[in-house]
Amino acid sequence: MRNTRILEANSVSKVFADSGDLQVLHEVSMHVEQGEFVSIVGKSGCGKSTLLYILSTMDTNYSGDIFLDGQLLKGRTPEELARIRNEKIGFVFQFHYLLNEFSVLENVMLPAIKLGKYPRHQIREMALEKLRMLDVMSEANKNPNQLSGGQKQRVAIARALINSPKIIIADEPTGNLDQVNSEIVFNIFTELSGVFKQSLLVVTHDKEFASRTDRIIEMVDGRVVSQV
Amino acid sequence: MKGGAVTGIAWALMMAKWRQTLVAGLGVMFGITMFVTMLGFMTGLNHLLDGLILNRTPHVRIYHELKATPLQPVQKVLQDQQHFIRSIRPLVSKNKIRNSEALTAYLKKHPNVAGVAPRVSSQVFYSLGTSNLGGTLQGVDVATESAKFHLADYVTEGDITNLINVPNSIIIGKGIADIMLLKIGDPLEIIMPDASSKRLKVVGFFQSGIKDIDKVLSYTDVSNLQSMMDVPSDHFTEIYVNLKDMKQAPVLAGEISKMFDVDAEDIQKANSQFETGTKVRTIISYSVGITLLIVAGFGIYNILNMLIYEKMDTIAILKAMGYSGSDVKRIFSIISVSIGIGGGIAGMLMGFILSNVIDQIPFNTASLPTVKTYPVSYNPGFYAIAFLFSFVTTFFAGYFPSRKASQMDPVSIIRGK
Repeated sequence: MRNTRILEANSVSKVFADSGDLQVLHEVSMHVEQGEFVSIVGKSGCGKSTLLYILSTMDTNYSGDIFLDGQLLKGRTPEELARIRNEKIGFVFQFHYLLNEFSVLENVMLPAIKLGKYPRHQIREMALEKLRMLDVMSEANKNPNQLSGGQKQRVAIARALINSPKIIIADEPTGNLDQVNSEIVFNIFTELSGVFKQSLLVVTHDKEFASRTDRIIEMVDGRVVSQV
Repeated sequence: MKGGAVTGIAWALMMAKWRQTLVAGLGVMFGITMFVTMLGFMTGLNHLLDGLILNRTPHVRIYHELKATPLQPVQKVLQDQQHFIRSIRPLVSKNKIRNSEALTAYLKKHPNVAGVAPRVSSQVFYSLGTSNLGGTLQGVDVATESAKFHLADYVTEGDITNLINVPNSIIIGKGIADIMLLKIGDPLEIIMPDASSKRLKVVGFFQSGIKDIDKVLSYTDVSNLQSMMDVPSDHFTEIYVNLKDMKQAPVLAGEISKMFDVDAEDIQKANSQFETGTKVRTIISYSVGITLLIVAGFGIYNILNMLIYEKMDTIAILKAMGYSGSDVKRIFSIISVSIGIGGGIAGMLMGFILSNVIDQIPFNTASLPTVKTYPVSYNPGFYAIAFLFSFVTTFFAGYFPSRKASQMDPVSIIRGK
């Protein structure tokens, strides 16, 4: 069954050395199957975001093993990790983190330009397609700061999808949105999971949101207490 | 967004804050402008000061000094014995340079010699009506003097070539003209030491910058004066030599005086203070120039550092999207070097314009009658140094902040919110 596991963590531990050897993660093991929509829930400070950044290759200071798409992430150079991140992971943050220096369309295109797999005009078509899918195509040539919060988050999701990643990792994607926009974002995620078989890993403290995902991983004080 | 991923991002980041980019570019531009202008101006002034001496003094002056022979003829016969005959005095005509034809031929073939101008001079009286004025008349080889030397620069009225075009003509010092109320075209009677006299036509005035010289000295064509003195055409009292490499003057002077038994004086000996002055002025110019560049360099560093700190969020997002540390480093290096190149080119342009402006400011000095405006040097070397410096400084000024940016941990930025 291992070959269907997109993301797998084995006994991942992390210690914050600079805050008095505080251990934030204790032997965390979890996995995400292909096409699965998994949520991680827990109180503030339980280590769920820390785990997320370790899983997303941005934090490399941990013990334990992580496999992404069957590849061990340990011992790789920052360059290799950047490449993996670019190709296999799509990111959605609590804040949209769009770059105001670029237009909405260019923001969506940026990861694909880095990947360099397709010519520029094709990337443009792909980006427009993603924007259309997320119903923000009319905003393509605007500047990100002209958009509403919900629109920004949808553009951020389009950006995460542009390289057809193996997994989308989201950190509190609805944390900054109102009820209506949260609902829209959630529906996008379920659609991605159901229709496009996209694997998703979402950190949230919204129980309501979590309850509607395929599987909930609950964390307390740096330990996984239940995987339903 | 055009160009490669990295150049496109660099361009977009610069354009997004174009005012800040402009200010950074202006900072570079200002430094380079000042460097080019100051160095050009100071070098121009230095050349002017050097010219005060160089234009008047030949690199090597060959002459035959009138002096008593150190070895009286009687001593040659009666060595180590007491003698009382000490009456052999030097002949006046002996101040002519011996074997001058062979000497000039030798000099003209010498690889380092740029110009050879023989001169002949005589004591004369300038006579007009009842007033007689003592002075010196020099016969010069007009063609060589105006091509290889600077005599023509000091002719303030009239033209030096008239000395050949107009027969029996003379260019007199401005002082003489003022005393004797002479105008161009007036005749002037010259009385030679042997009491013979000749009428010459005034075709120009010269101003050497030294009043006492202007009151006594005049110039005429060399063959004209030779005929007035009733001497053959190889009779010269001085030979002026200019070299391609001035530093070789002492060597050549020594060589000539030994080979041809003449006196030869090099410019370094004639103006020993000149070299010191030039050296000191050059040191001053370069200290000012280097100071300007260092100050400009720190300005560039500060601006780029600030620019990168402001972009920390952007860097974090780019990294999260999969842009690597070296991509980030390249982005900021492109930004800083573009600012450097843009500012450098603008600075050279502005420096050139400013130099031109200075070049227009009137500057009149009695000692250099040909100089009408402030002198400015347009040495392309300064421009090359300035451009190279703007490139290198901005590269290093951008390198350290961009290295910091490339090593930055995106999680700390993203989670810090």
